[in-house]
Amino acid sequence: MFTIQQLVQPDTLEEAYDVLTRDISNTILGGCAFLRLGSKKIGTAIDLSKLNLNGIKEQGDFIEIGAMTTFRDLEISPVLKESFNGVLPQSVSHIIGVQFRNIVTVGATVYSKFGFSDLLTALLALDTDVELYKAGRMPLAEFLEKSPQRDILTRVFIKKNSCKAVYKDLRNSQSDFPVLNVAVSQKDDRWRVVVGARPLRAQISQQASEELSQGGASPAGIASAARLAAEELSFGSNIRGSAEYRKAMCKVLVERAVTEVLQCK
Amino acid sequence: MQIEAIINNKKVAWEIENDELLADTLRAKGLLSIRQGCDTSCCGLCTVWIEGKPTLSCTTLSFRINGKNVTTIEGIQEEAAAFAQVLVAEGADQCGFCSPGFIMTVLAMKNELKNPAEEEIIHYLTGNLCRCTGYMGQLRAVKKYLGVE
Ligand SMILES: Cc1cc2nc3c(=O)[nH]c(=O)nc-3n(C[C@H](O)[C@H](O)[C@H](O)COP(=O)(O)OP(=O)(O)OC[C@H]3O[C@@H](n4cnc5c(N)ncnc54)[C@H](O)[C@@H]3O)c2cc1C
Ligand code: FES
Ligand code: FES
Repeated sequence: MFTIQQLVQPDTLEEAYDVLTRDISNTILGGCAFLRLGSKKIGTAIDLSKLNLNGIKEQGDFIEIGAMTTFRDLEISPVLKESFNGVLPQSVSHIIGVQFRNIVTVGATVYSKFGFSDLLTALLALDTDVELYKAGRMPLAEFLEKSPQRDILTRVFIKKNSCKAVYKDLRNSQSDFPVLNVAVSQKDDRWRVVVGARPLRAQISQQASEELSQGGASPAGIASAARLAAEELSFGSNIRGSAEYRKAMCKVLVERAVTEVLQCK
Repeated sequence: MQIEAIINNKKVAWEIENDELLADTLRAKGLLSIRQGCDTSCCGLCTVWIEGKPTLSCTTLSFRINGKNVTTIEGIQEEAAAFAQVLVAEGADQCGFCSPGFIMTVLAMKNELKNPAEEEIIHYLTGNLCRCTGYMGQLRAVKKYLGVE
């Protein structure tokens, strides 16, 4: 269990960032489910509750999700259920239970770039930007490649468009971490294939995405894209599955996801 | 720090530590229905409602209930007893250690979902672990209680 010496609830992001960067032991609090598993000695804990960072809004061309929005908010959001074939609600709906999803937050999850993350895989299949207080706004794919820097993730933006998307995961049992997860999206001729929990972090398979975008999703094209994703990406072993198993299952999940995208309205 | 909250319809002002967890605070204040079955936020035994939403009290820092409504099973005894009777009649209650958290989740589901299908019930209740039973009796009891097939 972590300990907290002092606690602040800043009124502005500027103040929150100032406290965060004052001392290495100062820490932003999300839902604390992950922090709780460790034994960090937090000097000053920074609670973002007063900064209006919870909620899902449609703003112009984007759907905006605040950092303190919980997974349960994503899961039951009418806007998100209606958008992209409900891929975001689907991606979080198997994580532990309702009571847990009423706690864990979008900001902590995206900022922490967890390899096993179900949400990151689905977000990466969409046109997603992240906004950080200091580093500003950038595409999610760029943020995931960057080396970690102390900052506050404030919001996630998803471009509203006609993108169709499907999410697939493989779990040894309900509510366990995923062994592997896949999200596939299609917007007009552009396809995107994302594979996460490899157990490394979600990544776009450029080759599989290109194969589908250029060659179309014929049965042969789908099989070829699935093979390319399994060849291009790297897989590792942990207690949930071996690298070989993940690689084999990657082909299966990609094939299923692409086939289902074709059936999406 | 000091927090003010409404616990089971009663206004309280409590002195708490910054890193105190709600499960510990509630038990220390005599709400002994709160049980903990894990260290990793994944058993559901410690479930309470915060503003009506089922939440793990073992994972929620106590300062976060400041200004909020919290309900434990002590606060909804009639409703809980009505469901508990069905649960017992179906033989779905053995050692009973998981019952308070499970009942709080079932009652939250009743408030949130209208006529849920079996699949929705299972989805809502996943994450409530019980080491004694096989879940089938509980599922029968929940369906009977909700009056759904
Ligand atoms: C037992 C368990 C099982 C899980 N299973 C799954 C699973 O199957 N699939 C899955 O996808 N996920 C899973 N997760 C991860 C979970 O979904 C969350 O992603 C995770 O708990 C982090 O969210 P949190 O709100 O609890 O973060 P916290 O624990 O509060 O914070 C995590 C880290 O993020 C930092 N942080 C918090 N908010 C911000 C912010 N706005 N800006 C910058 N930094 C911030 C914190 O300082 C901390 O370092 C699991 C977690 C646990 C504890
Ligand atoms: S004690 Fe297990 S989830 Fe809270
Ligand atoms: S009845 Fe014993 S743990 Fe559920």
